[in-house]
Amino acid sequence: MPGYLKSKRPGASTASMRGTEESPFFKWLLISIALLFAVVFLLLPLINVFAQALSKGWMVYWRALSDPDSLAAIRLTLLVAAISVPLNVLFGLASAWAIAKFSFRGKSLLNTLIDLPFSVSPVVAGLMYVLLFGLQGHFGQWLNEHDIKIIFAVPGIVLATLFVTFPFVARELVPVMESTGSEQEQAALTLGANGWQTFWRVTLPSVKWGLIYGVILCNARAMGEFGAVSVVSGHISGMTDTMPLRVEKLYNEYNSAAAFATASLLALLALLTLGIKTLLEWNQAREYARAQSARTLAEPGAAFVAPPQQSTP
Amino acid sequence: MFAKRFSALPGFRLTMGFTAFYLSMLVLIPIAALFLRAFEMSWHDFFKVVTTDRALAAYRLTFGASFVAAIANAVFGTILAWVLVRYDFPGKRFIDALVDFPFALPTAVAGLTLSNLFAGNGWLGQWLVPMGIKGAFTPLGVVIALTFVGMPFAVRTLQPVLENLDRGVEEVAATLGAGRYRTFINIIAPTLMPSIITGFALSFARAVGEYGSIVFISGNKPFHTEIAPQLIVFKLDEYDYHGATAIAVVLLIISFIILALINYLEMWSREFQRQ
Repeated sequence: MPGYLKSKRPGASTASMRGTEESPFFKWLLISIALLFAVVFLLLPLINVFAQALSKGWMVYWRALSDPDSLAAIRLTLLVAAISVPLNVLFGLASAWAIAKFSFRGKSLLNTLIDLPFSVSPVVAGLMYVLLFGLQGHFGQWLNEHDIKIIFAVPGIVLATLFVTFPFVARELVPVMESTGSEQEQAALTLGANGWQTFWRVTLPSVKWGLIYGVILCNARAMGEFGAVSVVSGHISGMTDTMPLRVEKLYNEYNSAAAFATASLLALLALLTLGIKTLLEWNQAREYARAQSARTLAEPGAAFVAPPQQSTP
Repeated sequence: MFAKRFSALPGFRLTMGFTAFYLSMLVLIPIAALFLRAFEMSWHDFFKVVTTDRALAAYRLTFGASFVAAIANAVFGTILAWVLVRYDFPGKRFIDALVDFPFALPTAVAGLTLSNLFAGNGWLGQWLVPMGIKGAFTPLGVVIALTFVGMPFAVRTLQPVLENLDRGVEEVAATLGAGRYRTFINIIAPTLMPSIITGFALSFARAVGEYGSIVFISGNKPFHTEIAPQLIVFKLDEYDYHGATAIAVVLLIISFIILALINYLEMWSREFQRQ
């Protein structure tokens, strides 16, 4: 009856697994606790956003989103992300190149400093820029005389966003660039490529997945940041309200349906980010499995001396 | 300070120069500005501002709620990670992908939807509130929001370690006559402990700085549901820049201490895995 046994849950009934598996009752108890936790803290909050946004019908939903102040908030959020994400990508590439391709003193200090913004409360981050550029700030007097507005204006929002999204790209790129080493770049240089050609044609393609990963995380945070932006924005409707600030304003006005409508766009952004992230991870797992099976297909022992697999372009 | 030793590749001065410039402009100078402003106060004033009853209540809530949330994540996050790695059940891949949802969701949306869920007329609140569990506009709400934002850190720190766990050791333990319970206590739990503690610390650190989701769910009542970042915002709204700076410096120093602790923990847990 081997066929009959196999058609049951594999492993659960064989004697050899009994010592390394929990009893079925305990197993399902654990699964139930985990699922309950996941449903209450993951699934319900997600579904609730869309259910509340559409609770008064599509017409109300549409009207909430096409309100001029909401449209201005969407435009501002896109603008802020369009400025801050490329700047942090540039920084991520530069810092990863310096950290991964060269050895120098103070490298671990630099790594720690790059991670620093993650451990600063967003409100404190916003406050720092107010203290620098606000009217009472170190440069406030000078900026005021020259009629430059940073706090309670778009530049301040961009600065605060840059701060909270600062580490995302660099953090993803540094380990990827470190793991690829610098032999390929050295080969390209020996063959006559100049520095820029080497960077564009050799380095960038080899880190592209890590880069995309960093960019989507950076973008999600840039569009969704609340605390830091809230401190520097001034909350002027139609002018300095980003989408998360707009959500708060509508909520405080007891306009729940409209608040959830704006929030639903941000939740969609989060789902999109998760989708791309999951795809990237599956893609990487597949490539890894393919590389592994190529190794084992080669004759035994050859795996140790086999040349590195040509990565797919 | 950052002088290179040797490499054949070009571009060190350009990339390091840009890195140092960008880091200074965006991070180092603003942090310095905060401390400079704090130094304008006398030590006596500083101490008085950061130890008012209202400030102390805010710290208590911030750190107390963060601690409870991190404990909840250490317990339930561990169970979730275990179930995701060891068992098969319908919807497993979906739940696995969804674990990162709190990380990707803007905190304002998290606070909005959680306060709605747990309010008296919400999907969960309509059952829980009659039972006396009020999850909105109470300290419990703060814990709920902080559990939500910290969860991915607890689960994702533990998951890879669980995946790489050598099951051969468990089989040996079983062969030698250990029951499942004993194997777990003596073999599995000690191996996982460093990662569970690291996950706990990361989720705690994330919770201490959280602001966006709390605004919506806490109700922001001084002495009762006001967290430290909210007190900073309150002082800023009153143009009390020194007061806001003082509280911010306290928060910042505590965050730095937590950061150093986490670095140490991660080093310890990496050493531990290698053994």
